[in-house]
Amino acid sequence: MKTIKYLGLGFFLVGFFIFTMAIFSGYFNFTEQELDCYISEKGYKSERLKEELLKSIVTDEKLSIFEFSSKVRATFETSNRHHEILISKYNSEKNWTKKGEEFQYKVSGKPHNLSFEIAKKAGKGFFKDQPTLAWWLTLGLGIFGALLFILPNVILLGKPVIKNDGIYNESATNRGFIAWLVLIYLVVFYLLLYFMPDYVVNWTFIFDPISNALNGGNASQWFVYGFLYCAIMLVMGARMYIKYRYNKYQIIRTTSVLFFQIVFAFLIPEIMTSLNMPGYDFKNAFPLDYDFFFEWNLKSLQNSGAIGLFILVWGIILTIIIVPVMVYFFGKRWYCSWVCGCGGLAETLGDPYRQHSDKSLNAWKLERWVIHLVLIFSILMTVVTLHCYFSGTSSLLGIKSQWIKDTYSFLIGAWFAGVIGTGFYPIFGNRIWCRFGCPLAAYLGFVQRFKSRFRITTNGGQCISCGNCSTYCEQGIDVRAYAQKGENIIRSSCVGCGICSAVCPRGVLKLENGPEKGRINPTKILLGNDVDLMKLLND
Amino acid sequence: MKINQQKMEHIVIIGNGIAGVTAARHIRKKSDKKITIISGESKYFFSRTALMYVYMGHLKFEHTQPYENWFWKKNNIELKEGFVTKIETDKNQLLFKDNSSLFYDKLIIATGSKPNKFGWKGQDLKGVMGLYHKQDLENLEKFAPNKGVCKRAVIVGGGLIGIELAEMLRSRKIPVTFLVRETSFWNSVLPTQESEMINRHILEHQIDLRLNSNLKEIISDENGQVKSVIIEETNEEILCNVVGLTAGVSPNIDFLKNTNIACNKGVLVNLYLETNIPNIYAIGDCAEQTHPIVNRRPIEAVWYTGRMMGETVAQTICDKKTEYKPGNWFNSAKFLDIEYQTYGWVFSEQTKSENEGCFQWQHPSENKCISISYDKNSHEFLGINTFGIRMRHDIFDQWLSEKKSVEHILEFLADANFDPEFYKSHEAEIVTKFNQEMSTNIQVKKKSWKRIFSKV
Repeated sequence: MKTIKYLGLGFFLVGFFIFTMAIFSGYFNFTEQELDCYISEKGYKSERLKEELLKSIVTDEKLSIFEFSSKVRATFETSNRHHEILISKYNSEKNWTKKGEEFQYKVSGKPHNLSFEIAKKAGKGFFKDQPTLAWWLTLGLGIFGALLFILPNVILLGKPVIKNDGIYNESATNRGFIAWLVLIYLVVFYLLLYFMPDYVVNWTFIFDPISNALNGGNASQWFVYGFLYCAIMLVMGARMYIKYRYNKYQIIRTTSVLFFQIVFAFLIPEIMTSLNMPGYDFKNAFPLDYDFFFEWNLKSLQNSGAIGLFILVWGIILTIIIVPVMVYFFGKRWYCSWVCGCGGLAETLGDPYRQHSDKSLNAWKLERWVIHLVLIFSILMTVVTLHCYFSGTSSLLGIKSQWIKDTYSFLIGAWFAGVIGTGFYPIFGNRIWCRFGCPLAAYLGFVQRFKSRFRITTNGGQCISCGNCSTYCEQGIDVRAYAQKGENIIRSSCVGCGICSAVCPRGVLKLENGPEKGRINPTKILLGNDVDLMKLLND
Repeated sequence: MKINQQKMEHIVIIGNGIAGVTAARHIRKKSDKKITIISGESKYFFSRTALMYVYMGHLKFEHTQPYENWFWKKNNIELKEGFVTKIETDKNQLLFKDNSSLFYDKLIIATGSKPNKFGWKGQDLKGVMGLYHKQDLENLEKFAPNKGVCKRAVIVGGGLIGIELAEMLRSRKIPVTFLVRETSFWNSVLPTQESEMINRHILEHQIDLRLNSNLKEIISDENGQVKSVIIEETNEEILCNVVGLTAGVSPNIDFLKNTNIACNKGVLVNLYLETNIPNIYAIGDCAEQTHPIVNRRPIEAVWYTGRMMGETVAQTICDKKTEYKPGNWFNSAKFLDIEYQTYGWVFSEQTKSENEGCFQWQHPSENKCISISYDKNSHEFLGINTFGIRMRHDIFDQWLSEKKSVEHILEFLADANFDPEFYKSHEAEIVTKFNQEMSTNIQVKKKSWKRIFSKV
């Protein structure tokens, strides 16, 4: 069994290595015809741009993606600068016609994204030519190896009971060397994905056949991300199933997050795209889905007929009615740890790191400041955006719509939710985004704290203050602080993952939905003592 | 505050376990008195019951500390590290190992327990240890860091700590021999059905369980370290590198020997937790009730009773003289993978009285069972042991206080279930068995939130 496990680890590492090395493989260049074809396809009108591209990337030389990218970016910059100089020249000459004409020659877009688009066409080599084989050598081998590593645990873990043996003795789960390596890998992965997609264009080739089958187009970096997301959740979901195989709550919950991720977040949007509809994740509620009210989205929905209108109405109802009503009945868990994609990744890939959330009072204070500021930020951004959309202006109270959208997308959407939110899993725990950043979580937290039937019940006086519950709370709640006083746990940040209850050695904690009356019981006295202490204290 | 405190009474607590710390916290809630907690073991309070999880790698030591380090200063509770060697009751003064001294107005002795040693030959060798103090954990890390260094460990004494130590060592794959004096594990406390289930479960964990076995002596190697043990009954020698002595605990009160504080096994206290000396109290494991409370032992070395005594003595110290009334008995433990809870009194066959009936149910394949004891004549419910099924403390406390009948318990058993959501429940099977045995016709009532919260 152990041999199988290590063999699996070997396979996984080989697949993982090939996948990583794919970035450096293949070569990039254009022939003249290919360039002409590309330019007419994109409708670039600048002669200067064409000239420069001819010079830089029409070559027999086999450029690496890094050389190719820097050449393309430089080319776009040169061409754009050329036209800008002309614009200012015509401007000073007051030649308005010429000035107006000149604008069409400028190409807008982020340099790395422009480069990605060309690289997607200009790429050659193994990953472009043999995507299916490449898929098996990377994803295939990785998934197979990971499963081989995980599945023997059914037997190796012994009896189906909670098993946390050795978590703090292992480098990977005790912030050791391996954990830091994983952190660096994840952070770099997200930086490339968000800010330098052209560097990972080789990855997209691997997924072209699957993407074509699903939505009729080649794979973008987001398709790669979506696919990896699902694959990782499935593999680590298998780990969850095995680790918590005795615990029906965990089994059902894991099944639920896997279902919503694969069907709602991945398959349905892809299929919708292939049917020329806007690809929409029906479970992704605003304000987590922060660009729902962005101009481009509203326009795209308006232009999509009945389905567009339905999505618009559904999105609004989801946020203002369905989500809070469900939180009233079941707590925020129904969304955060049963449905949400971010939660889904945290509960599968992130489960081995759940013990790293900071439980200090200071962390709680920071959490309340940061998450509520993000909520305010997202609402402010949406108000500005909607105001500008309906009034046709470009700013509100001096806040430029484009600026605030870009800032939010960059700071919150990319850095907080992605680079930090997931990248920092191995050292800072698996719910950094959900705890400190998610504006939807902040909103649901209000409902859960003030108007809900959900609570974690503390079982009378049975707590022995051992600290397992607090340690394994991914949201950094000091569960023990409540349990040892006999108080129920009512916290806006609780996502109801149920692990505190699973790790409790004395059967003290139970997640349940019940009458609101008596839900919050801070004045209740610990059982097992006939003296009514609270009465004495209040005397 | 400072000036005020100088006038304030100085409450000194020896021992920073659950009893002492609970007392300090409750005194602080009610007063501005100056409070000092003394400990020779560790500066900050930690949960003793969680030490095992540190060795097993579930927790780090800091996770066993329920309060952050700033808590004590913020609540104006002074922490003093040191060992008390003498109490001069006439001068209201404590003397320490380092020859310093401390004046008190009121003194609370909460020094807990120490592992029993029954004068075995070799009991003080290197590699022989109890499992009680933080230092024992450090010792264990030294002598049993892995199965390479510790080829086998022998545990002497079949109680709760013994089985915990076995679980700890097994988590690092160290072979364990478990010497249990009794004919079956913990059968002085547990009914046979449950004791035998635990026996089987111990074997499932590849622990070499030796029932009816006493320790004769521990044999040393040339370095003064454990080499082997000899079993009394068979004279068998078992080679081992570590010996865990877990044959119960007794009050840790040696430093009181030459004082005028009355002691038996523990510090003798009355119902108000007062010793024979005015202004000196004793709580927790080290206190011994002069007149034990019904069914309870004079010394209760249990987490919960330590906490309750701390709560009670705090009232008395804050001029609200309060009797220690621990209410309905409850306890819990975990035997390897099996959770155990008990509410009220269930006695073993050895200790139960004539009038006690006992209804038992056991799951055909899983490690789950319950025993419900009741009065044969009045059918009053007396207590429940539950293994592998979590039960609600509130509900059983209420049923015990209201002296409900055993039939009532079974009818409403679903209200008391505390297992996580979606778990399979067994009330129907349990009640069917009861109906067959007792020729009753009880129908299981569905769980009702209204009843569960009727008390609120």
